[in-house]
Amino acid sequence: MQMMEKKLLLGAEAVAQGALDAGISGVYAYPGTPSTEITEYIQQSRHAVQPTVRSAWATNEKTAYEAALGMSYAGKRCLVCMKHVGLNVAADAFMNSAITGVQGGLVLVVADDPSMHSSQNEQDSRFYGRFAMIPILEPANQQEAYEMARYGFDLSEEVALPVMLRITTRLSHSRAVVTPTAPRPQNGLNPTTDKNRWILLPANARKNYRGLLDKQEQLQQIAEQSSFNSEIAGEGKRAVIAFGIACNYAMEVITSHGLDIPLLKISQYPLPKKIMKRFAEQYNDILIAEEGYPIQEELLRGFFGDKRFRGRLDGTLPPAGELSPALLKKALLGSMQQSNDTRHDIKPMTVNPQTESHLLVAPRPPMLCKGCSHRDLFEAINRVMTDYPAQHVFGDIGCYTLGALPPYSTISSCVDMGASITMAKGAADAGLRPALCVIGDSTFTHSGITGLLDAVNDRSSLTVVISDNGTTAMTGGQDSAGTGRFFDICRGVGVEEAHIRTIVPLKKNLERNLAVIREELAYEGVSVIIAQRECIHIRKTKKADC
Amino acid sequence: MHKDIIIAGVGGQGILTIAAIIDLAAMQLGLQVKQAEVHGMSQRGGAVESHLRISSNVIWSDLIPLGRADLILSLEPMEALRHLPFLSPEGLIVTATEPQGDIVGYPSVDALNDAIAAAAPHLLVDASTLAAAAGSSKSFNLVMLGAASPYLGIDNHELEKAITTYFAPKGENIVATNLKAFRLGAAQQRLKTTTR
Repeated sequence: MQMMEKKLLLGAEAVAQGALDAGISGVYAYPGTPSTEITEYIQQSRHAVQPTVRSAWATNEKTAYEAALGMSYAGKRCLVCMKHVGLNVAADAFMNSAITGVQGGLVLVVADDPSMHSSQNEQDSRFYGRFAMIPILEPANQQEAYEMARYGFDLSEEVALPVMLRITTRLSHSRAVVTPTAPRPQNGLNPTTDKNRWILLPANARKNYRGLLDKQEQLQQIAEQSSFNSEIAGEGKRAVIAFGIACNYAMEVITSHGLDIPLLKISQYPLPKKIMKRFAEQYNDILIAEEGYPIQEELLRGFFGDKRFRGRLDGTLPPAGELSPALLKKALLGSMQQSNDTRHDIKPMTVNPQTESHLLVAPRPPMLCKGCSHRDLFEAINRVMTDYPAQHVFGDIGCYTLGALPPYSTISSCVDMGASITMAKGAADAGLRPALCVIGDSTFTHSGITGLLDAVNDRSSLTVVISDNGTTAMTGGQDSAGTGRFFDICRGVGVEEAHIRTIVPLKKNLERNLAVIREELAYEGVSVIIAQRECIHIRKTKKADC
Repeated sequence: MHKDIIIAGVGGQGILTIAAIIDLAAMQLGLQVKQAEVHGMSQRGGAVESHLRISSNVIWSDLIPLGRADLILSLEPMEALRHLPFLSPEGLIVTATEPQGDIVGYPSVDALNDAIAAAAPHLLVDASTLAAAAGSSKSFNLVMLGAASPYLGIDNHELEKAITTYFAPKGENIVATNLKAFRLGAAQQRLKTTTR
């Protein structure tokens, strides 16, 4: 295979380069940490790729997934990327795409965020992969991320199913040297001729689902032969089964402490049962290390709890959060002491003794930037809300979620994309006054419009503030789907024109803004206040470009 | 050759630029590199760090294990202390002295300096003054890269080549300013021993 020039790439970028070299014709995605850099890399490469790869941002993960499925239907290879909670939004399309199957290769990259560095939960997408009964690839390093992105498209076309490539924050946001291989040309236009496969009427769907079940044996065989699943031999009596990036932490401890512990690395699912069985039969003490939920551990233990397996379920590793070398060290060296294994001279790594200086360190939580429009908006809302005994402001996902923290402490809720409007509606229906919510421009187009339509249809009494800074700021300033059209969108949905107000959140406008917010809170019906001022980062970028 | 380096500071200080330049130099030397960085919500004025590992051998973990870092290179004094549990007993601290202290509970400068001095051999750098002398306050991070340069295991010549490559798209003047900042930093070689 022809090796190309080495590149220093983030895990996310390695995935993107792999997909480009696999001959994708498009990428569809909605930004979300830690998945954003995949699409950004392709957008920046688009001029270098011939023929070009379509790469503009989608309105949400569901529209992205469906568009990707359409490109696959037409016979071309397509990448679709999202963060773990984005897959909840796309889940309807995702689950059913396993029933239709694919024409051109379709790889879903989903980036999980264990420890919730930038997320509301740490759900493990491998559950979804298992749920949909499709192959899952879980790279341990950047080179593997590249190779799996390439291989994923071949696999997808071979088994005619979407393939999930699951990465986590640590791999996505860590750089290493990657050696790419020669690019493959894009597929030609080749729409499917098998309509029944794509029309999920019950009669067809039953047949397709049977086909999906029948494919499981083949997927299993492929995983048994996968070069991504490998064994690192050892003579020790205890062993590790490590999944994806967890393999790195186990190997870090094994190599730096000179331990003799055999390790089975699994990076391709469904679980290769024969390999697992052959390995596990040799040992009575096996640590299961997986980044995310103890999905495989639970399967291996079984309902009656096979005691040979240790991991997150018995407290050898913590039940939640990201793994680390320290956690694997504790799991591997701790258990060694437990089993009185004295064959190795273990000198635990000493931590710098001066850790009491650590107590001086004050937390430095993220905060709204100096000069941010959200600051002036929250100040105005806080002033108005002092008029009322009950001060509930429903919030949403974005930079403005930081309005929940001091000094503003404005926001009372943050659950999922778009929930500010619908929760405010429900609270209004329950009788809460005022029912006020704040949603960003990109979040509004992502999942807020349908909720607003519900409110209009139900004549609920609520006030929606769309904090429109003209960009998807939290993830670094990607294009926002509704920029310049919020008035029209709200009017189109049915909000009365007189109650669609626009304000500019600046100190000098404070008195006027207070008056507008007060008027709309007093109105019994659906009102929208568009608080419009550009994100200061976008302003800076524009100035720099001039 | 193996170096584990934690680069620390506050969002917007140019930590990732420092990391990118060291990465580039290391890659040119044919070394293995792993460099974990922070993106997303934490970048909004929060504490930001990068775990940078360079080695002539395979590097497994993207994260540096506790107690193993050879160097904490910090662009802010309190942030140097935040990562102390990662520092090896033989490790060093190179930090800028200017606090980014607009937060609740920020300690006194004296307490900070005492804690740094007690923690490890250290080099305190007045990077703002040196960056101004180099011609741009933005070159603050390059001053700090220069100050840390004797402890990175990479020749200054290689680092300067990487700086030139990195800033070349921004023009000759930017390259010159950053090289000057790097050299001013590199001249600050007055490592102080740990006080007990």
